[in-house]
Amino acid sequence: MKKLLTATAAGALLAGAAFADSHSNEIKMGIILGFTGPIESLTPNMAAGAEMAINEVSESGALLDGATVTSVRADSTCVDSAAATAAAERLITSDGIKAMMGPDCSGVTGAVLANVAVPNGMVMISPSATSPALTDAEDNGLFFRTAPSDARQGEVLANIMLEKGISEAAVTYTNNDYGKGFADAFQSSYEAGGGTVTLSTPHEDGKADYSAEVGSLASAGGDALVVLGYVDQGGAGVIQGAIDSGAFDMFALGDGMIGDSLTAAFGSDIDGTIGTAPGSDNEGGAKFAEMASAAGIDGTSVYAGESYDAAALMLLAMAAAGSSDPADYVGKIEMVANAPGETILPGELAKAIQILSDGGDVDYAGATGVELVGSGEAAGSYAEFVVEDGALKVVGYR
Amino acid sequence: MIDLLNGIVALANFVLIPAIAYGSQLALGALGVTLIYGILRFSNFAHGDTMAVGTMFAVLVTWGLQGMGVSLGPFPTALLAIPFGILGAAAIVLLTDKYVYKFYRAQKAKPVILVIVSMGVMFIYNGFTRIIIGPDDHRFADGERFVISARTFRDMTGLEEGLALRTTQVITVVTAVVVVAALFWFLNKTRTGKSMRAFSDNEDLALLSGINPERVVLVTWLIVASLATVAGVLYGLDKSFKAFTYFQLLLPIFAAAIVGGLGNPLGAIAGGFVIAFSEVGITYAWKKVLVYLMPPALEPDGLVQILSTEYKFAVSFVILVIVLLFRPTGLFRGKSL
Repeated sequence: MKKLLTATAAGALLAGAAFADSHSNEIKMGIILGFTGPIESLTPNMAAGAEMAINEVSESGALLDGATVTSVRADSTCVDSAAATAAAERLITSDGIKAMMGPDCSGVTGAVLANVAVPNGMVMISPSATSPALTDAEDNGLFFRTAPSDARQGEVLANIMLEKGISEAAVTYTNNDYGKGFADAFQSSYEAGGGTVTLSTPHEDGKADYSAEVGSLASAGGDALVVLGYVDQGGAGVIQGAIDSGAFDMFALGDGMIGDSLTAAFGSDIDGTIGTAPGSDNEGGAKFAEMASAAGIDGTSVYAGESYDAAALMLLAMAAAGSSDPADYVGKIEMVANAPGETILPGELAKAIQILSDGGDVDYAGATGVELVGSGEAAGSYAEFVVEDGALKVVGYR
Repeated sequence: MIDLLNGIVALANFVLIPAIAYGSQLALGALGVTLIYGILRFSNFAHGDTMAVGTMFAVLVTWGLQGMGVSLGPFPTALLAIPFGILGAAAIVLLTDKYVYKFYRAQKAKPVILVIVSMGVMFIYNGFTRIIIGPDDHRFADGERFVISARTFRDMTGLEEGLALRTTQVITVVTAVVVVAALFWFLNKTRTGKSMRAFSDNEDLALLSGINPERVVLVTWLIVASLATVAGVLYGLDKSFKAFTYFQLLLPIFAAAIVGGLGNPLGAIAGGFVIAFSEVGITYAWKKVLVYLMPPALEPDGLVQILSTEYKFAVSFVILVIVLLFRPTGLFRGKSL
């Protein structure tokens, strides 16, 4: 009896939901991020960033005859692929989302893409998955990302070093997918440009002693030591060892090494060190930060802008296609993201939708200067850092 | 001749000095492990985190002293804070002994049960340290960083290779020698030390001859807390303080204690250096040294690295396995496992 009651109640609820769906003009967007897990400190700002774009469009009433857009949050956990897959499955089958913003970490992104998005034909844009492996993932054209692949950063760092005339370098990377992918990308670009990598060796994070690594790197030699690790982890230990033993005084660093604790620890000992980290000087970034702080969000938080852009891209593509069906609007994402057309900054989504509805074209720049290349990859813009007088300084963007 | 000097300097800079300093830190840690094994008869997995707890107290006191403007000139202020760190660590281990280990001792629990208990204690210490000081990296070293820096050495001698000698490395080695000497004097010459050794050799006989077991246990914990804190502070000064790395130190420390022979203090010291030298030496790329030492015709093209640095932990364990296979009691005839 109890079971029958439950079943009836559930049936009524489902019928009610279906009824509501068919009569209201509502578009649901799934926001699947690691609200628990290793990057749980970043995800609230990322989700809030995406929801800013959603609210902006929804309040304008311009999209698809005044459709309201709502968000449904789900937890990707960042590390547990099974949990992320189940959460994404739920978003599609029971919440009936039309677009998916996320997931965040590269591992779960690959799993959700292969197990949920591709079988269900769902469009997904990840704001923060940077693994080079995702470039070649089987995605039926459904997967995009607004954060650039680490392969791109390897290329940028290699170019900066070659331009500075550093033609021989030793490389050490943190022993995980990020470090390995980054180091491989760096090495191939650097060698293609005429540089020589004397030794590429991994280091484990959180270990007791790095003198063995430093010894090998020093023996291999080079004009600079490339450290592709984490500043709060082994990367700092390796630099400390290299400075102390006088093995290297010139360093080149990846984004994981750029942080205040770097200069707090080494100060002017590492003057002249160069580094790269995602960043851009487009006016959209400043505008987004302003809008975010007005909404009570930290807009400078990592990947918050990318999240805004990911959500905005899908909504603009819907406007361009005149439909919220993923199969219809997926082909429009690259069109709205890239030139030609009128440049669109954060806060101008309503204007963009108007242009698109009138049959025009837009070039969405957004908070991070979005530009999609290849198979839906962000071209990426990187800030070039130099350590001067013990402080990190941005000297340019590329 | 210059080439020979350059080769020797490079070897000292990248292998000898780091390995001696690291070996001293491991030796002090392994001494604590070996004392507990010899006297209390179990492998104390909480030792790494005991080091972290002691060091944490020392770091907090160091910050206090620095805040008050106290300094030791060229020496790190943390040396003044070591006694306070020892007090803190001693209080914690004695409380643990009173409320945890004593219960199992009274039951005459098997060593393997005590090992598991010590793992529980390890996790609690681990959490305790993180709650108080946080999981981040903390630097508390001050004073003169180098006795001689690589650049000064190069300018001074005109050699191509630099030789860096950090103050902390010198302090580490000197302190280790002093502490070890004091420990051996204590164990061999004083009445309490002798009763501890008697207790270690044969518990029943020792009890019959009127040795108070609780006193032996108390003194052992006090010594272990001191050794752990000294080792932890020296290690933290040389690198930096981070709760998690002390947990990671546990493996090389145990490897050192077992290689040297568990329960044998001399073995713990030898084991520490064996592990440190093999970690650094076997994974070192010898190219740099060989280029200086060999005639030009024989200079190597490759890096001459026996094993890549990824395998440096494997090195400790290979040595461990070999020693256990051929000499289960360790190099210095400790107790068999």
